[in-house]
Amino acid sequence: MGWHIKNNEMRIVKVHRVKAETRNVKTIFFEDELCASAEPGQFLMVWIPGVDEIPLSLSSASKEEASVTVKEVGEATHALNKMEKGNLLGIRGPFGSSFKIIGKKALVIGGGIGAAPLLMLLNKLLTNGIETVFIMGAKTRSEILFIDQLEALHNEYGLEVIFTTDDGSYGTKGLATEAAERCLSEKVFDSMYVCGKESMILKLYSLAETYTIPMQASLERIMRCAIGICGSCVIGRYRVCKDGPVFDFSQLREIRRELGKFKRNFRGERIFIEK
Amino acid sequence: MQGQLEIEIAGLKLRNPTILASGILGISAEYLVEIANAGAGAVTTKSVGLEPREGYKNPTVVQVECGILNAIGLPNPGIRRFVEEIKEIGRLEIPLILSIYGFSPEEYVEAAKIAVEANIDAVELNLSCPHVKGAGAEIGRSPEMVSLVVENVKKSIDKPVFVKLTPNVSDIKEIAVAAATSGADAITAINTLRAMVIDIETCRPILSNKIGGLSGGAIKPIAVRCVYEIYEAVNIPIIGCGGVRTWRDAVELMLAGASAVQIGSAIAYEGLSVFRNVAEGIRTYLYRKGFRNVRDIIGLAHKE
Repeated sequence: MGWHIKNNEMRIVKVHRVKAETRNVKTIFFEDELCASAEPGQFLMVWIPGVDEIPLSLSSASKEEASVTVKEVGEATHALNKMEKGNLLGIRGPFGSSFKIIGKKALVIGGGIGAAPLLMLLNKLLTNGIETVFIMGAKTRSEILFIDQLEALHNEYGLEVIFTTDDGSYGTKGLATEAAERCLSEKVFDSMYVCGKESMILKLYSLAETYTIPMQASLERIMRCAIGICGSCVIGRYRVCKDGPVFDFSQLREIRRELGKFKRNFRGERIFIEK
Repeated sequence: MQGQLEIEIAGLKLRNPTILASGILGISAEYLVEIANAGAGAVTTKSVGLEPREGYKNPTVVQVECGILNAIGLPNPGIRRFVEEIKEIGRLEIPLILSIYGFSPEEYVEAAKIAVEANIDAVELNLSCPHVKGAGAEIGRSPEMVSLVVENVKKSIDKPVFVKLTPNVSDIKEIAVAAATSGADAITAINTLRAMVIDIETCRPILSNKIGGLSGGAIKPIAVRCVYEIYEAVNIPIIGCGGVRTWRDAVELMLAGASAVQIGSAIAYEGLSVFRNVAEGIRTYLYRKGFRNVRDIIGLAHKE
């Protein structure tokens, strides 16, 4: 019996190209055979040699190239965003669960960098003929992601996109959750797909309960092994790396007391999630 | 068939001989309950010390051909905080073993005293962590230090004390004897083996700590040999650990002398069903070979 998990092998890949999305968000492209068959919502462990290894959702995946979209928040993401064509990265994965298509009408909500894994999902929904509304929420205009790609999806498949910014500098002024509530009260949806801050996920979860619309959400926790044994990412009786990162409605219901409230730090201590 | 798989170790009653190994998932109260629900005979928590630790930077876990290498660096919230979390469990349906580490004999004693404030059934002394300087194996490599730690912990608490040994020594029997004569109630063998992986493209060790501990299939024959040697040297129960993934692995360690086995890395491959599958596999083996009880196979490989 092999003690070897194919996806878990550390592969060294060369950066193909880097695309600046915003002031502090970049998409890093590379080629990897295993990533080509990744599903929307799955993640990689990305090793920046000499710096750190961090979990990142795939923002695209094809035979030619796959990508991660990274916002600079700390040492590892800073080093990643300094990467140039030809630099070497280590990757493990794709790992975890993915978004599953339910029904014919989809409401997709992304908050800031949370939009990263949703681009892949939008492509899948639209090519499967799902009528889709996407709410892209951000603090301000400069943090809106993927404007070009979303426009292309609008033109090709009729994707309806609603932009919201907290300061009103782009699209509708207000929160993505407020736009979601308007959508839900005006139209019928079969399913909701969410990625973003956990406080946003929690708010959308209560909307999903009110409107009884099955919701899937991608969660984030500290990760180390990514193969379900170290326990760093446990939430309730689930491991985000193995049972998640995408959780379905019934799983979210089970962990609702922790959702948006608690997480664990590097010590494994339960701590409050800052609002 | 009731009772066929039950085993008693230092007064702990296990419904079957599978135990969650320390360092694997046992960091949250809820997950320990989850492992109990998955059918384990007992659970061991992650190793906890007096002071909180962040652990090392990633990469902390990397796969090799025949196992897993890790240097996580003993991240833990500190024993006081951890005991508060463990108390949330209330009463677990199976024995709960709390693993502790320290940087000195005094720290082990102090941690053990706080550990027993939680509703636990035994303490396992991690005298074998291979990748934290000054803790674990640095103490566990010396028979004198092992004696000192075990004697003092035994004097300070009235719960059974298990001692987890490192295979990274020239003679594991010597350490086992030191633990046993100092009053240890059981010995867990073995912890991981010191090892390294170097990536040949970036020309550097992958683990941030460079050196880590090897677990999984690669170390099973070493675990079998260690358990076999220890069984001949001491008269206290042995808990076998290292590369157990199937009932065959468990039976092999038991034939070498283990009264129970710990399961860790295999969860990455088999999921939590590994506990039930190993236990049921042992049951089928006993039936096929005509053994009435799992106790009948402990150390059987030593018979001439």
